[in-house]
Amino acid sequence: MSSFNAIVPMSCVTAAAIAAMIAEAFRAPGERMPIGPLGAIGLAGAAISSALLWKDGASSFGVVVADKFGLFVTFILILVGVLSLAISEPTIDRERLPRGEYYALMLFALAGMMLMATATDLLIIFLALEVLSLAVYVLTGIRRDHALAAEGALKYFLLGAFSSAFFLYGIAFTYGLTGSTRLDRIGSLMAAQAMAPTPMQLLAVGLLLVGFAFKVSAVPFHMWTPDAYEAAPPAITGFMSTGVKAAAFAAFVRVFLAAFEPLRPSWSLILWIVTAATMIVGTVVGVSQSSVKRMLAYSSIAHGGYLLLAVLAANDIGKAAVLFYLLTYAVTNIGAFGVISVLENTDQPNDRVRDYAGLWSTHPTLAGLMTIFLLSLGGFPPMAGFIAKWYVFSAAVNRGYTGLAIIGVLTSVISVFFYLRIIVMMYMTTTDTPARVPPIPRMAGLALIVSAILVFYLGILPTRVLDWAVASIATIF
Amino acid sequence: MTFPILTSLIALPVVGAVLLLFVRDEEKNEPLIRNIALIVSVLVFAETLLLWTRFNPLSADFQFVERHAWIPAFGIDYFVGVDGISLLLLVLTGFLTPIALLSSWESVHKRLRMFCVFILLLESAMIGVFVSLDLFLFYVFWDAMLVPMYFLIGIWGYDRRIYAAVKFILYTMAGSVLMLLAILGLAYLHSEATGGYSFDLLKLYAIDVPRPQQFWFFLAFALAFAIKVPLFPFHTWLPDAHVEAPTAGSVILAGVLLKMGTYGLVRFAFPLFPEAASFFAPYLAGLAVIGIIYGALVAMVQPDMKKLVAYSSVSHLGFVVLGIAAMNTQGVQGAVYQMLNHGISTGGLFLIVGMLSDRRHTRLISEYGGLKNVVPRLVAVFFLITLSSIGLPGLNGFVGEFLILLGAFRWDPRFAALAATGVILSATYMLWMFQRVNYGPVTNEKNASLQDLQPREWLVIVPIVAVAILMGVFPNLFLKPIEPSVNKTIGQVSQRSSRRLQAGNSDSGSRNSASIPRSTFHIPR
Repeated sequence: MSSFNAIVPMSCVTAAAIAAMIAEAFRAPGERMPIGPLGAIGLAGAAISSALLWKDGASSFGVVVADKFGLFVTFILILVGVLSLAISEPTIDRERLPRGEYYALMLFALAGMMLMATATDLLIIFLALEVLSLAVYVLTGIRRDHALAAEGALKYFLLGAFSSAFFLYGIAFTYGLTGSTRLDRIGSLMAAQAMAPTPMQLLAVGLLLVGFAFKVSAVPFHMWTPDAYEAAPPAITGFMSTGVKAAAFAAFVRVFLAAFEPLRPSWSLILWIVTAATMIVGTVVGVSQSSVKRMLAYSSIAHGGYLLLAVLAANDIGKAAVLFYLLTYAVTNIGAFGVISVLENTDQPNDRVRDYAGLWSTHPTLAGLMTIFLLSLGGFPPMAGFIAKWYVFSAAVNRGYTGLAIIGVLTSVISVFFYLRIIVMMYMTTTDTPARVPPIPRMAGLALIVSAILVFYLGILPTRVLDWAVASIATIF
Repeated sequence: MTFPILTSLIALPVVGAVLLLFVRDEEKNEPLIRNIALIVSVLVFAETLLLWTRFNPLSADFQFVERHAWIPAFGIDYFVGVDGISLLLLVLTGFLTPIALLSSWESVHKRLRMFCVFILLLESAMIGVFVSLDLFLFYVFWDAMLVPMYFLIGIWGYDRRIYAAVKFILYTMAGSVLMLLAILGLAYLHSEATGGYSFDLLKLYAIDVPRPQQFWFFLAFALAFAIKVPLFPFHTWLPDAHVEAPTAGSVILAGVLLKMGTYGLVRFAFPLFPEAASFFAPYLAGLAVIGIIYGALVAMVQPDMKKLVAYSSVSHLGFVVLGIAAMNTQGVQGAVYQMLNHGISTGGLFLIVGMLSDRRHTRLISEYGGLKNVVPRLVAVFFLITLSSIGLPGLNGFVGEFLILLGAFRWDPRFAALAATGVILSATYMLWMFQRVNYGPVTNEKNASLQDLQPREWLVIVPIVAVAILMGVFPNLFLKPIEPSVNKTIGQVSQRSSRRLQAGNSDSGSRNSASIPRSTFHIPR
């Protein structure tokens, strides 16, 4: 029972994080150390151990379960980690960020995310949530001399702490009702009283929902997102917009579709409204943004809405759709933020939409990559985003959420409008003062190309990954 | 195993495009780039002709069928095939693409390589749309096609190109996403009926869609196609896109892209939802007739030649939709024929306008006048194509319009009578424009020194004129392969809709009508 196998992947990452911290501490000033590769080694270890666990799964202490669902999310997180490490290098050099701390925090956040994806106990989920949140708060504000960074990080931290309190309060009520924090026991006890839910139960569900809604930046708990995304260095924004989302949605699915599934009639209406509002606000407000990072922040809110739609549909297609969507979103969004991060200059953030004018003439490859990522976010075939959206909408139609599906497809048309704005700038506008772009570092360029290839691979030959996603949801629900 | 000819048709332009990406985009490589693109597109055309010769014109079934599992979990197949309806549209696509490339020989120098890449990608997607027999695959090509066209308009277009490009893509997407939901709904119905998802068109033809769903699905499909056609109130993107697009883009847009809407109506909307189709057919026909007359009237007052041709497209495609709505042999056959005609004659008109605007950098009718004395050869081909667009007997336009009016008359004479006024109006606006541009004295001295047709331009325009005459004189050559498939489609629609209506009249225990409230729609009997 209490084997350690299930926690091996996150232990590898934690070990790498500790090694990064020690290396930073013993580093002579000015000495260059390969701390990034250290993280890559840790992630490789996590990948290998997860692959070994894939077939049989494992459970540690009864609170961490490495089932296929958790492992699929772990793989997504490893991918997020590797790509983020690769695109971080130029940012660190340019901004003179503390290298060891940066990598250590990123790796600790990843360990927390992995724990969150595999935890089956509310307290462990909370613990994981705090581990990842604290690391991400600091990363958001890692550009210490930057006024915006301080503001965004503080906002994120205050609101995040507030939502953690909600979450913890929800756990307390749940414990009071059921005498347990284990998801399986909560589920069976809830099922027994599902016919007439008590106000206490509803309160517990509502508080937990608020906690999750904050982490996945669902409307109306999305206010922090644009500020935090704008404040953080683009590499970090890519990391947190994909990693935190993946971990939070994994836990969301586990808690709501397993433990609180019996109470579905009570929470489905609220979630319906939240989903619709998230899709609409994310796209409509996104249209009026002039900063690319803020625009992508609203796009990320809208994508959260599509994921919520899949959670709400919650049939077998819906659950697998969540996993597939998280994967494609991770690959695509890190790619987009990767392009933003290589465009960034020390004296020029190049973050306005108009800074992209004429990029096609000066950097055709970069413009082409950005186009691929944006079209994928907009859901054009043959990119991955199309298959992911199609999957979500088929789950919704199948379950009878046609109204939400219609809102979903129409908002995705609106979102195409703002993705196209950047493409219009890059290809169809000329400028006398093209943005000066620093040379593209090799690792970052490689990561971008890998992301682009994955975007096409998942869009054209999705079968294998879809099969994995389907197999993943078969194990727990 | 036989040679996968349809796959090679889809793949060949993509291969050409990838090949082009390896050529450096420099001035000295220009001829190389043009030649690669041209050779690839000519090869594609040759292959479509080969397809035509090997096609069995007596069979109504899909031929050259290829099927491979693509996403088995959802019953999505890579499933392609052609029948008589799609065959000639493929040939048209193959025919117009090299012409479009040739027409841009002089006018496009900026970023030539990507221009050719986008044209080739567009060709591949268009072919894909016409051969897909799996609804998912169809939707993939349908949506994928928007991107290269968007770039073609947005990068190489005229002054208001960005506005036109964004409008084009948003309009078309807004229509098609609802179709996506309807496709998903259909697949879901299939899984309820048989236990497995499928997007296979032939299997979906066979399921009985319950009445309320049938109506909603038909509306979703029809909206997507009506925007593409474009049918009357949804046409506003078209003049912008046409006018701002570069000549090659306009030729392909008018020649092939618009046909996808009408093709979709024949292939998908009508046979999949026959009952809803027969209910909505009069409304579609009504919009089509409004489009015929409205398009013609608006075309008449355009000061810009390209805009005039664009509005004439609205009018001409109204005829096509009218023929489809009639759903009898003459009507649908005429509609398919008219799709080809419109591709040839409007494509030709855009080429001529492109040639004039290359010379004078204006498309305003008032800037021209008396061209007949300056460029007699150009005016001669202009005249032939104008006549073909009007529908003079002996040229292609006549056959299609005649068949459509015949079919419409057999169905409902009122529509035929109203549509026939469109024929007269089209003669008015085309000939009036022709007269103002070509006859009279040379009023503007800039016109006095225009060059007549260049050898390259002969190469571009002669095939169009030749095909226009060929289609006018030997219509049976083209109508023959169309006929069996048309009859089969009509059979599917009428048989199933009448069967369903009979069942609906005498029903009491039938599953669909018993379980689903009937109040949503009333079908007039």
